[in-house]
Amino acid sequence: MGLEVAANRGATPKAEILAGSPLAIRGMTVSYGQKPVVFSVDMTVAEGSMTAIIGPNGAGKSTLLKAALGIVQPLAGEALVFGKPLRSARHRIAYVPQRASVDWDFPTRVIDVVLMGLYRELGLLRRLRPHHLEKARACLKRVGMTDFADRQIGQLSGGQQQRVFLARALAQEADLYLLDEPFAGVDAATEKAIIDVLKSLRSDGKTVVAVHHDLTTVRSYFDRVFLINTRKMAEGAVDEAFTSENLNQTYGGRLATGQIDQLELAAG
Amino acid sequence: MFWNALTLQLGYNATLVTIGATLLGIAAGVTGTFLYLRKRALVSDAISHATLPGVGIAFMLMVLLGGDGRALSGLLFGAAVSSWIGLLCVSWLTRFTRLSEDAAIGAVLSVFFGFGIVLLTVIQTMGAGRAAGLEGFLLGSTAGMLFNDALVIAGGGALTLLAVLILRRPMTLLAFDPEYAASRGINVGRMDLVIMALALAVTVIGLKVVGLILIVAMLIIPPVTARFWTERTDHMVLISGLCGGLAAWVGAALSAFAPAMPTGPIIVLTSFALFLVSLLLAPNRGIVAVYLRHVRFQRRVHMRQGLLALAQGQPIYEGFTLRLLQRAGLSQADGVATDSGRARAAKALRDEKRWELVRADQAFESAAALYDGLRDIETVLTGDQISEIDQRIGGPQGVAT
Repeated sequence: MGLEVAANRGATPKAEILAGSPLAIRGMTVSYGQKPVVFSVDMTVAEGSMTAIIGPNGAGKSTLLKAALGIVQPLAGEALVFGKPLRSARHRIAYVPQRASVDWDFPTRVIDVVLMGLYRELGLLRRLRPHHLEKARACLKRVGMTDFADRQIGQLSGGQQQRVFLARALAQEADLYLLDEPFAGVDAATEKAIIDVLKSLRSDGKTVVAVHHDLTTVRSYFDRVFLINTRKMAEGAVDEAFTSENLNQTYGGRLATGQIDQLELAAG
Repeated sequence: MFWNALTLQLGYNATLVTIGATLLGIAAGVTGTFLYLRKRALVSDAISHATLPGVGIAFMLMVLLGGDGRALSGLLFGAAVSSWIGLLCVSWLTRFTRLSEDAAIGAVLSVFFGFGIVLLTVIQTMGAGRAAGLEGFLLGSTAGMLFNDALVIAGGGALTLLAVLILRRPMTLLAFDPEYAASRGINVGRMDLVIMALALAVTVIGLKVVGLILIVAMLIIPPVTARFWTERTDHMVLISGLCGGLAAWVGAALSAFAPAMPTGPIIVLTSFALFLVSLLLAPNRGIVAVYLRHVRFQRRVHMRQGLLALAQGQPIYEGFTLRLLQRAGLSQADGVATDSGRARAAKALRDEKRWELVRADQAFESAAALYDGLRDIETVLTGDQISEIDQRIGGPQGVAT
């Protein structure tokens, strides 16, 4: 049933693409109270791609991710992960939540947070072994945070906290990475560290989807975009879908013409 | 005498009470840590007050069935059922109405407690004499504790500890980052109920020792105490269990040593004493440490500002700064730098330049994170790194490091 809806909306994903897609969302509707935040959204993420989810504030970007992960309960719709229902493919996804979602005075060290990424590997009772610690340290190294392993997380700057979250996701050794505003309020060093890691994930064949708010970096960071404002507005390769027309539609004229001109948009 | 109480040499009943209370204290401290970390400490107050109607109803039922009515296991079962209902009411009100959790807690707590008091009054008027002891559940009464009672407490405490041991990872994950926990497939609502159920278990087995009004203290004070001593969740759980057990042991011994003293309240006060000591004296988070750190920090700021002013030949107006410089022998009474003052000032200025470079260079990021405008750069970088930086700065070499 979800398939027909998708076909009608013009995305025409073939069944075999759907089955192999790391994340295929069909007819997703989420509402807080009586107001739908995400309405009947379809999304097909291409394997090995880096996709930016773009839209104005309150457009349902984060909510779409959370609904796909089952963190919020959708009213309708479903998400398939590598062609399977979420429950049986959850271990292939790593989620990096927004930094603000956490109490940073929590009694835990940087290394402990990264070890949380090994939750599935450790299970309930298995003891922490040296090779677990080594793995966690290796993940910290990838985000350039080796020296911070023993610090309390509250002592880190915002950007460093974000990198620790990314390291935790890396520890999961997932195939699909979903990030909620990974670049929000971080310093330039962090932004570079994060994008380097994400690009190296892509070159390893992993798939990355990130909620993104900085339109000026879309072109250099991502190869696909997904424009959303409660409804899906456009989806596709940056060259095709990241057009001034689509942006104007998505943002409803909230972008100044001057802003749009600076974005090196695809001709559209 | 008090030593005898501590070492369990004060008779059979006192020994039972002390051992039972200690086990309860450990279980409460450990379980309470997760309540505290999940920021749900107050829910335990609703849970404990909601036990009372269950105690009353269980008593009535047991009397109706021809029993004594005072069998502890029956009363505790009733308490568990009614506080579980109270707990479900709180989470239901919070989830499906616009009531916030604190309002829901207040409503459930007072209604259940009021109903319980009414039941106790009814019991007193109907079954003359036989109800004696039920009001002991309010503040605990250890005077007539039986071996079986102690067994119930020990068994319940051990089971609770076992459950915490098994579930510590998902509970920590949930408390730290609920959204991430959900993304890993943890059922957030259900795991929250599990944490509450553990608190409920502790509450119910603690009714006999400290009573329903004060049990919340045994769940909350130990984790708050432990938080002063550590920045790690696993350590916090251990310290909290230790504090809870220690407070209960010493408290029970105190009340056995002075028999007019009620056990529950004395345990709570002992626990508070541990909290007070931690609040004042804990090495990093304690009030004294925080104050001393502030004073030292202020001194360093003034010293640094003074040195930089000296180096750049600016006048210093701040009296405190002048006094500090003078006392350290870096300036004379008129504010003119001494020889050593001039050397230190030059070094401060040079450090400032070095820091500028360090902070601009990605390669030094972890060192730059330590920048606070005060730190001597050689505490952060090696001599080689510093001379490399000096080369990049250029200018006069060989400033003492």
